[in-house]
Order: sequence, then structure tokens, then C-alpha cells
Amino acid sequence: MSARIQPGTQRTQEGSASVPPRIWPDSRGYFGSYGGQFVPETLVPALRELESMYASAREDASFRSEYLSLLAEFAGRPTPLTFARRLSAHYGRGKVYLKREDLCHTGAHKINNTIGQILLALRLGKKRIIAETGAGQHGVATATVAAKMGLECCVYMGEEDVARQHLNVRRMEMLGATVMTVRSGSRTLKDATSEAIRDWVSSVENTFYIIGSVVGPHPYPLMVRDFQSVIGRETAAQIEKAEGKAPDHLLACVGGGSNAIGLFHPFLDSSATMTGVEAAGEGLDTGRHAATLTQGRPGVLHGSFSYLLQDSGGQVLLAHSISAGLDYPGVGPEHSALKDSGRVRYVSVTDTEALEAARLLSRLEGIIPALESAHALAYLKSLMPGTRAGDVVVVNLSGRGDKDMETYAASNA
Amino acid sequence: MQPAMREVQGVSRLTALLSSHSEKRKKSLGLFLTAGYPRADSTPGLVRSLEQAGADFIEIGMPFSDPLADGPVIQESSAAALRNGVTIPQIFEGVRKIRAGSAVPLVLMGYVNPILAYGAGRFFSDAADAGVDGVILPELPLEESARFRADIGGLGLDQILLVAPTTPDDRLAAIDAASRGFLYCVSTTGVTGSAGKGTPDAFLARVRKHARRNPLLVGFGISDPDGARRAAGMSDGVIIGSALIRRIAQGDNALSLSTWVRSIRDALDAM
Repeated sequence: MSARIQPGTQRTQEGSASVPPRIWPDSRGYFGSYGGQFVPETLVPALRELESMYASAREDASFRSEYLSLLAEFAGRPTPLTFARRLSAHYGRGKVYLKREDLCHTGAHKINNTIGQILLALRLGKKRIIAETGAGQHGVATATVAAKMGLECCVYMGEEDVARQHLNVRRMEMLGATVMTVRSGSRTLKDATSEAIRDWVSSVENTFYIIGSVVGPHPYPLMVRDFQSVIGRETAAQIEKAEGKAPDHLLACVGGGSNAIGLFHPFLDSSATMTGVEAAGEGLDTGRHAATLTQGRPGVLHGSFSYLLQDSGGQVLLAHSISAGLDYPGVGPEHSALKDSGRVRYVSVTDTEALEAARLLSRLEGIIPALESAHALAYLKSLMPGTRAGDVVVVNLSGRGDKDMETYAASNA
Repeated sequence: MQPAMREVQGVSRLTALLSSHSEKRKKSLGLFLTAGYPRADSTPGLVRSLEQAGADFIEIGMPFSDPLADGPVIQESSAAALRNGVTIPQIFEGVRKIRAGSAVPLVLMGYVNPILAYGAGRFFSDAADAGVDGVILPELPLEESARFRADIGGLGLDQILLVAPTTPDDRLAAIDAASRGFLYCVSTTGVTGSAGKGTPDAFLARVRKHARRNPLLVGFGISDPDGARRAAGMSDGVIIGSALIRRIAQGDNALSLSTWVRSIRDALDAM
């Protein structure tokens, strides 16, 4: 491919490493070379409307105060930052802190974003909400805010995920949402997302699509990042209070990448090292993994240009992870830009390592983590031996493990 | 076919044909096939029989793993074509085969990722060499498609853009100004093959008013001679995809497909 016609190449020069990542995305939704709006024409006017509505909401004090008061009174923020004393002692050096997103209402960080997006849906006068979900956490968080605001809600979920996360299916149903089981393709998050987009193409005039991660066409990666950045902002204040200093290392799991961006973004200008942990599934060499940033190459899926697991002909590969929330062959465009710039390092851990880490945290700290979050925890065994005695490490504990109890039981964790 | 034959006084074979139809008030008929479906080598033979039955041009869909603008019928044909092992080089080979015996205008429809994987510049130039006349890239709206415009135009290919019922008036005019060959009017707010609510008359009247450059062809959800006649009443012609693929999926033979296409051709010619 000649450089002249590669997507976003014009912007590569503008968005090179010398430009502070904080100004990303540009007005066309590009983070350096990544992002954009690769969608059918039917959706473009709705995205334009959303862009302009969000731009004004961002500057609007009443929107901000409504969002913050729902975070406090409904979602239960701020979430604590917990010092993991026995886990730190287990590694013998450094201090591990856990950002407790598992204590958010509904059990994961996802609600930070669904509160923000449903307020936008209300401002746009939409009567119906749709969403995609993998582990079901975003589906539950969407069904929750739709119930609270009295809007109809329909959640697309792959058949394989309906089976492995059926507790969350029951929760969505109890909250009044319709769960649409997706039987096409991967029968996981990838095809649930495709089906949600097809629904939106057909229903865009009365329907708002609440995307659950920093993926999809502009302005979703921007909006979701903004709504999740509360995680990093709280962490900065809490660690300052606890340790009198900024953190030295930040660690988060990456599927689409919303909890990681939420923790990382407020620290991009700091000296903290940042590591995003992807799912290596059964092992990178088996081909059965979801390590998009470490194993993929850039391409277009679900509306944006970003790293992608694909074959040589550009067909999208099926991802694999024991964790439904990480089982996705794409990733948010801002992560692609952060990888290329070197600001964030991306690594991967296997299903087995994640299961071991979940067991360890449960026994040492009395906290059962979600399988997704267990991937971030699993990387501690590689990170901690390289830390110095006073180093402060923050792990984003993005969700709790109730939904994964059957998987944990089946693996004897 | 030789490049000299693609260019007719500086315009493509597709543009020349559709403009001449518009002048004669003859309605145009485009038919959609999924490349490599139902069998890897089916496409050239199907194109031949559809042309003989009265198609003015053929849109060849390049299969993709995640066709998010398509309804179930084309999704399934696309998945089957991938199982048949269809690749972009094979699609170009099929185009050359068709070109050996036919001048029917051919338009490639494709999702963008396989094109990027092939190399976009190489893709457009190989397509032109094989004898393709135009491209439809439904994931690339006006803004994202701009970067390819000069390359595609420079090769003598038509880049056909789409408008939808949700497209505002000023945007209709801007898309029409950038589109070549024809303007693809998506008749319903939905994926391919979905039946619209009511007729697209109000939408097409709006397009007519704001898009004056290109012939208007209507697609999505047209499945029979009546539907074709209704959609063509306010436009320069129709494109039929899912209804044809459904017949192929059901195992209709060449004769029965031809009879059906002929019935649509006759309905359009009787207008």
C-alpha cells in the first residue's frame, strides 16, 4: 500500500509523537493515524448530531453536574483505592494498590460510561437504547441506566457469552431489557457488535446506541474515554493522599480498552509507566488468543481504523479468551496510537495465568476479581520483580468476579 | 477488455451506458452477485446469463467476514463464499474471464479491510487492469472516501457513493458532486434486503431536487417487478441484490433466474 492512500496518513505527520496525546482526537476523530468514521452513510448524520451534542454537553455545567451527581449517588463513586498489603508482601517489593471499580453499582467500571451516554440519549430525545455486550457487564450497566431513565433497552450478546455469563443475562432481564442472542459468526462480542450496528442502521431515527468500550466510530472513543477518565482522576488524588506522590506504574487489562484508557488518560503527562494487559488465551503460539495490539496489524472493523486480528487477506480472525470481556479481535484506536508512540506498553497473559491470579487475590486480599481484571493482576508477577522498594503500583480492578464463579469452579481455582 | 474501450469520450463504460439510458428515459437494471457464490467458480457464468436476461450492469460483492451493512441473505452468501476460499486475486481472475466475452459494466462492492490488506493503491489499479468499471465502498462515506478519490478517478474507475433517507439536503448535493457513474440511493433506513416502510417516493423526490449531477439508482429491499417499477418511477433505475441471492440460495437454475430477471426487465421497459 502506498503511504499516500493509507488511512489517516495525512494525519500521521500532524499527530506524531511531538504532539501531546491530550489533544487527540482531531476534529475528524483521529488519534494520530487511528480512528475515523468507517460507517454506512445512513449513520453519518446521527454521528454528526452526536458529535455536536457531545461537544456542547462537554462545555455545559448542568450536564457535568448531572453526570457527577449520578456517579456519586447512583454508581457509588468515588470508589476506594485499597492497599493490597498481603499481595504486596507476596511479591516482596513495591506497593500494590487496587482501584476498586468492582465496587461500582452493577459490579464494574462500565456504569461510568453508561450514565454519561444515557444523559446524551435523553438530550437527543431518543426513546430506545441498544448495546452490545461480551461479559454482560456493559449490558447490565446499560439495562440499569435504561431502567432508571425509563427507556426501552435491547442488548445484543453472543450465544457463547449467553452461556458462560448467564447470571448477567438474568440480571439484564430482571432490569427489563431484552437480550438478543447472536448466533452468527464468532457468537461472541465481535458479532454482537455487528448485530447492534445493523440494528442501529435500521433504527437510527429513534434509537441511541450506547457503545461499551473506547471502540467504534468517532465520537465514541472520545466520549467513552472522557466518561471513564474519572477512574484516573480519582486515583491521582487518592494516591497523592495515601503516598504523597504520583504512582510509578499503572496496570490495566485491555479488551476494547475502556478501563485502561480511564485509568491511563489522566496520567499520560506524568512519569508513570503504563502497561496494558491483553488476553493471550491458550497461548500466543496456538493462534487462540485475543492479543490484538501485540499480534495484530492495523485495519478497519466496527467503524474505526485500529489494530486488528486478521488473516493475510484482511478477513477478521476469531479471538479467543476465557474472559468474555476480552474476547474481541479489535481494540480502541487511542490504544493503537499509544502503542505506536511507545507511551504505553502492551503485553499479554494466558487464560491459565489469569485464573491463577484470580485465586491469589481471592486468598490474599479477600477480593474475587472479574476474569478480565485478573489479566491485569496476572502481570504483577512479571512487573513486581523489576520494581524498587518504594515503588507504587496501581492495578485497575475493573470488575468483580461473581459472574465468573462457574468458570472459576470448573477450573478448580 | 482494452482500456480504450473502457473510455468513451473520457467517461467510463458505466457512465456512458447510464447516461444514454437516462437520455432515452430507459430505466437501468443493476444486479448484485456475491463473488464466488454459490461455488468458487460460479460468478462468470452467472454474470453471462444475467446479462443475457437483461441486466445493464453487474455489482460484484467481495466477501468479508463482518459485513455490517448487510442483512442475513447477503451475510450468508458472503460467509459461504469465504468458505469456498474466495480471494481478491480470484475475483480479478473472474473479471478477466467475463471480460474475454462481454462488455457489460462491472462494479465491485467491498468492505474496506480486505482492500487495505491487499494494498489500496494496488487494488484499484489491478481492478482497472482486469476490466472493472467502478467501485462501491459502503463503509467509506464522503469524508473517509476522499483520500481515494484521485487514485480511483485517475484510473478511469467510477467511485459510486451512497445517499440514505437520513442524509440532509446539503449533504445530498455534496455527495452527488463527488459520486461518479451514478448516485446509489439506499431506499430504506436499514441493511440490505430489509423491506422498507411505505414507498421511498418522498426521499427520492428530495434526492432529485438536490442531486442533479448523476443518474439515480435505487437499491435495498427491491424484490420483484412491482417493487422495481415503483422505485424506478422516481429514479433512473434499480439495483437488486438480496432477492437474487435468495433465489440462487434456493437452488434456482439458470433458466429460472433468467425468467425472473426478464420479468423485471420487462416491467422496467414497459414504464
